[in-house]
Amino acid sequence: MTHKFIEPKAPPISDRSVVGWMRNNLFDSPLNTALTIIIAYVLLQFIPLVLDWALFSATWVADSDACKAGSGACWGLINAKWRFILFGTYTYDEHWRPFVGMLILLGACVGSTIPVFWKPMRLLLLWVVSSVLLGIIMWGGIFGLSYVENTLWGGLPLTLIIAVYGTLFAFPIGILLALGRMSNLPAIKSFCIFFIELIRGVPLISVLFMSSFLLPLFLPDGVNIDKLLRAQVGITLFTAAYLAEVFRGGLQAIPNGQFEAANSLGLTYWQSMRMIILPQALRLVIPPTVNSFISMFKDTSLVVIIGLMDLLGTVKSVIKDPEWRIFYAEGYVFAAAIFFFFCYSMARYSAYLEVELRKGEGH
Amino acid sequence: MEHLNDEGVRAILYQVLFVLLAGMAVWYLASNTISNLEKQNVATGFSFLNLEAAFGISETMVDYEPSDTYAHALYVGFLNTVKVSAYGIIFTSIIGVIFGIARLSHNLLVRSVATVYVDIFRNIPILLQLMFWYALIINVFPHPKKALNPFSDVFLTNRGIYVPIPEPHPAYMWMLIAAVVGCIGAYFLKKWADKRQAETGQPFPTIIAGFGVVFGCALFAYVIGGMPTAIDTPALKGFGLRGGWNMSPEFVALFVGLTVYTSTYVAEIVRSGILAVPKGQWEAAESLGLKRSYILRHVVLPQSMRVAIPPLTNQFLNLTKNSSLAVAIGYPDIVSVANTTMNQTGQAIEAILIFMTVYLTLSILTSLFMNWFNAKMALVER
Repeated sequence: MTHKFIEPKAPPISDRSVVGWMRNNLFDSPLNTALTIIIAYVLLQFIPLVLDWALFSATWVADSDACKAGSGACWGLINAKWRFILFGTYTYDEHWRPFVGMLILLGACVGSTIPVFWKPMRLLLLWVVSSVLLGIIMWGGIFGLSYVENTLWGGLPLTLIIAVYGTLFAFPIGILLALGRMSNLPAIKSFCIFFIELIRGVPLISVLFMSSFLLPLFLPDGVNIDKLLRAQVGITLFTAAYLAEVFRGGLQAIPNGQFEAANSLGLTYWQSMRMIILPQALRLVIPPTVNSFISMFKDTSLVVIIGLMDLLGTVKSVIKDPEWRIFYAEGYVFAAAIFFFFCYSMARYSAYLEVELRKGEGH
Repeated sequence: MEHLNDEGVRAILYQVLFVLLAGMAVWYLASNTISNLEKQNVATGFSFLNLEAAFGISETMVDYEPSDTYAHALYVGFLNTVKVSAYGIIFTSIIGVIFGIARLSHNLLVRSVATVYVDIFRNIPILLQLMFWYALIINVFPHPKKALNPFSDVFLTNRGIYVPIPEPHPAYMWMLIAAVVGCIGAYFLKKWADKRQAETGQPFPTIIAGFGVVFGCALFAYVIGGMPTAIDTPALKGFGLRGGWNMSPEFVALFVGLTVYTSTYVAEIVRSGILAVPKGQWEAAESLGLKRSYILRHVVLPQSMRVAIPPLTNQFLNLTKNSSLAVAIGYPDIVSVANTTMNQTGQAIEAILIFMTVYLTLSILTSLFMNWFNAKMALVER
């Protein structure tokens, strides 16, 4: 509390001129002025160095000796190895196939973001058709395409396949788990809580270890499932537990009146879920679902630990080559840029959706 | 048959069916596992824990020899997990809060730098970042003989970072105890100050006085303890550096990677926590004539804490779980020790069970804390 008369303040500085804007935004207090000067100084030192390394002094020809002679980044590594990094050990002359497969997969994903497809039957049709096409193009064996084993798949298509199908299969499991957790049948409820909390309580790597070491033990002798499927199972279960919690958030946000209204119409449990509750609940949780897809997309890189050749795996194996070993930074930056592109655009999409879906609620 | 139309009867029926199916699935998997294990001649059970581990661990917080048992090796790994997580959580909080506030700054430069930092490091997989930092330390930092020496007695090498530390002395133990006593004192000081302010309106500089009490107690113990000044400085001996505190490249890479990655999430939580406080709260406090720093501390932060603490705890738990990626760069945390154990003994189920139990325990403790906190912080409406 002050008992002194407070002098009127001077009128605010005009924000219209450049100088006025800078005064208001960059130099309006001693602390801000100091921060502005320090950051500007560091950026002026740092940006030229980075630009010089990445662009002006960089070597672009695919020759490691030329790279070693140069002082900047060696984009020649990418120039020489981009096909291996992107497509892994897939038969070299057939690289167009994983490329087309990737386009199909991305097409199906982009298609799923268009509201026209937000109907169960249409979504199902879209994914069945694109999965069959993807299978034909990746495995081959018919239509004159040579057969390519899935142990040879690698790089970006593999990353995308694991992430997209992980989510796709996790979706129904997640819905069931969420419904089970909300149900009033104690046996089912406690099983769902146990499963969700168990998976969410441990790191993904332990789920992957489980699926890669323990799954073969669980199955009868002679049944052999390959590494890709094992990783896929682990990732799917892991994602399902996280999605279940997201869906539960949506279910809990539905007012009780909706459940009661559905009951009073004489709908069965599954009818009311399918026609009344879930469409509303899922719509509410689209943004957090996209967010959990982003984190799962990043997490697919963990399959490298159990020996799959995803995008990170191919980069790692390129920079193990003694010829290119010292250019590890370029390899990692390339992979990071690809991951960044996907994750950042999805994050923007999710942020856009959050604003867009809220518009309808204006009342 | 009309019993089947009764909801209560059906509920029981469904559950009996479910339990039967689940039981059959478990029995099927278990019998497969047992027969598979018998074929592979793997004994089940935890008796392997008492066998000699016979592998070395590059960094340990307690004494460890390859001749020690597996149980001890796993304990060493657990301590390493705790160590990197503890440092990670402390630094993540500091960096995250700084960047979270910076993202709300009206200084364009500060805001853009913070936004770029958050957007970049949030959207790149943590594993890739860990591998990058590790490769950077191994390749850019020189051999110990040509160690980088940015400050006197601090050495950056591809064998890790060496910094001087005070030589062990009983006085430091006393300082720690004194600091704890000081904390308790500061707590009572705050209680007294709050009470006096509520009664008389007299404010008290609690923060400065509190730090004064804690540091004063520690300083007092230091002086009483004989003021040890001996410092253990790293120095080049033979082919390597000796002495000082050595942080291995694996530890530094893991610590930096986890801290940078998680701090972007913390920054977003802090930002949305501050934004969650309605503008009217600022304006109401301002119209009461409160100072800006006072508003931030007594009006805005307590309210944003309520929003921010639960997701923050979640991020700290995530950091701890992500520390299991240590296995990819060779830091001996519990997962990588368990991994070595199961490669040597073939006891995959037991080894995985052990580290899953450790993480589960940590998770359950965290959610217990969160429930307690939520109950304590929940708005009490009149």
